[in-house]
Amino acid sequence: MERREPALTRHEQAQRGGGPRPSGKAPKGPGGIRRSFKAPKKPVKKTQAGKRRIQKPRQAPIVPPQAVAGRALMLVVAIMSFLACLTVGFVTVVNDAATDWSNELVREITIQIRPVDGIDMLQQIDRTVALAQEFQGVGHVRALSDQETQELLQPWLGGDLNLDDLPVPRLILVKIAQPELLDLTEMKATIEDDIRGASLDDHRLWTQQLSSMANGAVVIGFGILILVLASMILSVVFATRAAMSGNKEVVEVLHFVGAEDSFIASQFQRHFLVLGLKGGLVGGAIGCLSFMLIEFLGNTPNEFGAAGQAQALLGTISVSWLGYVGAGLVVVLVAVLTALTSRIAVHSHLAGMD
Amino acid sequence: MIRFENVGLRYGMGPEILKDLTFSIEPQSFQFLTGPSGAGKTSLLRLLFLSLRPTRGLISAFGTDTSRVTKSQLPALRRRIGVVFQDFRLLDHLTTYENVALPHRVAGKMEADYRSDVIDLLKWVGLGDRMHVMPPVLSGGEKQRAAIARALITRPEVLLADEPTGNVDAPLARRLLRLFIELNRLGTSVLIATHDLHLLEQVNARHLVLHDGRMIVDE
Ligand SMILES: Nc1ncnc2c1ncn2[C@@H]1O[C@H](COP(=O)(O)OP(=O)(O)OP(=O)(O)O)[C@@H](O)[C@H]1O
Ligand SMILES: [Mg+2]
Repeated sequence: MERREPALTRHEQAQRGGGPRPSGKAPKGPGGIRRSFKAPKKPVKKTQAGKRRIQKPRQAPIVPPQAVAGRALMLVVAIMSFLACLTVGFVTVVNDAATDWSNELVREITIQIRPVDGIDMLQQIDRTVALAQEFQGVGHVRALSDQETQELLQPWLGGDLNLDDLPVPRLILVKIAQPELLDLTEMKATIEDDIRGASLDDHRLWTQQLSSMANGAVVIGFGILILVLASMILSVVFATRAAMSGNKEVVEVLHFVGAEDSFIASQFQRHFLVLGLKGGLVGGAIGCLSFMLIEFLGNTPNEFGAAGQAQALLGTISVSWLGYVGAGLVVVLVAVLTALTSRIAVHSHLAGMD
Repeated sequence: MIRFENVGLRYGMGPEILKDLTFSIEPQSFQFLTGPSGAGKTSLLRLLFLSLRPTRGLISAFGTDTSRVTKSQLPALRRRIGVVFQDFRLLDHLTTYENVALPHRVAGKMEADYRSDVIDLLKWVGLGDRMHVMPPVLSGGEKQRAAIARALITRPEVLLADEPTGNVDAPLARRLLRLFIELNRLGTSVLIATHDLHLLEQVNARHLVLHDGRMIVDE
């Protein structure tokens, strides 16, 4: 039975390749291993020629998945991704708000007119309004009415106030239709020169403060993001080391059968990539859900006191698409970092081994 | 192929277990390594397999001084050497088939290319019907055969076997010995560490005898 097809046997042999082997000897040897190895080959080939094998066993992972501290690490990764997503969401909210602030604030200028002895306030106001309207890019200009001024001052000066009796400064609101056309410095100089007691406030100081605060918040946000990712990386390093110690036997055997370090590293890396992806997705999904929840709660009027305050400052609280994109990036980053970190950790562990 | 010159070995601060060994394993040679238990057979195999470095002396494998071999060169050298461990070192979470296929898999070969080889070899060592079970449910002898199969599957240039017949009965031991001899005929140098006298009697081969840390070569 073994001798039936020596040609096939020899052909197979030639294909087998592998290490250097003395030629000429192989095919002969009566009762040879070669022939013995081959014995069942023919029937197998015949029945399954050209087809995928029926009972092809799935290749089990060389490093058993349960040997990697899966659950705990996945939880850590999920929590870290969640925190990272929240940070990204926070950064985008603040950033969007800062953009809104600066956009809105240069669209509005306030001119304050302090009363000066001997000059008629109402006349001054009219002159100022007229003057302001001459500038390019200026939209609607309007003085606060007596009524409005009274309301504005009421908290400090009480209800029955006669503006004519008191030297109260008056305000003129200048809407700017096309900020790009307006020469603010010139406007400021002209108005302050022409009208006695007038001063122009373009809210710059306020804007600057807000935007530097926003920038600070963004920087802090990124700082937090880095710290969160760093602690995740450290957890992965520890988990990898633990997995390697737990799989010492496996690593040893792999070395004995001639595995390269990179092969061993990829065996571990597979698990960590899957783990990082799972953890990242869970954390990212919860992060996105909480974006939606914050948006929902934050914009529900008067239910939560805090929402009102935050809304006043930030406008409608909503995480823009950038936040969701950021969350997606966090998930990818987390998975890649997890896999990469474990790979590097395996390599350094192997390098330290003897 | 593998050459020892005045090799000495001690573990830590302990006594010198192997002293002044000078011998070589020639291509296509067949030899037994014997000696009483604790004589250092396993230690010698570990030296041959480059998993241990000598405390003194020179070992060269395939023409390379092993003290100059870097970590990254080690896998390539090890693939030329097959080892059967006294304690088998099978991976318990892989099937017998996967264990035997491991050297191929580690070398990055496609499963389709080695599958039938592995199956044939498993059948030949009598594990045809134990292919898909895990080592923990194998008997001692079955594990031993799986370990042998794993060492043979890539047809290494040198085969080192540590007590390869320690757990099998006489007929099977003879069969395994025949396997080693066949392998040797095909060009592999074989070194079998054993104190199984029956085994020694069956083949006319060189005996390397370890005694008191020194080696006596009995041609
Ligand atoms: N890792 C080690 N650390 C310290 N001493 C060791 C170590 N391995 C082996 N030894 C000692 O070296 C000596 C030789 O051990 P070795 O395992 O090489 O003997 P052996 O000839 O294989 O014995 P056996 O026939 O029982 O397998 C023994 O005294 C053993 O205690
Ligand atoms: Mg031993």
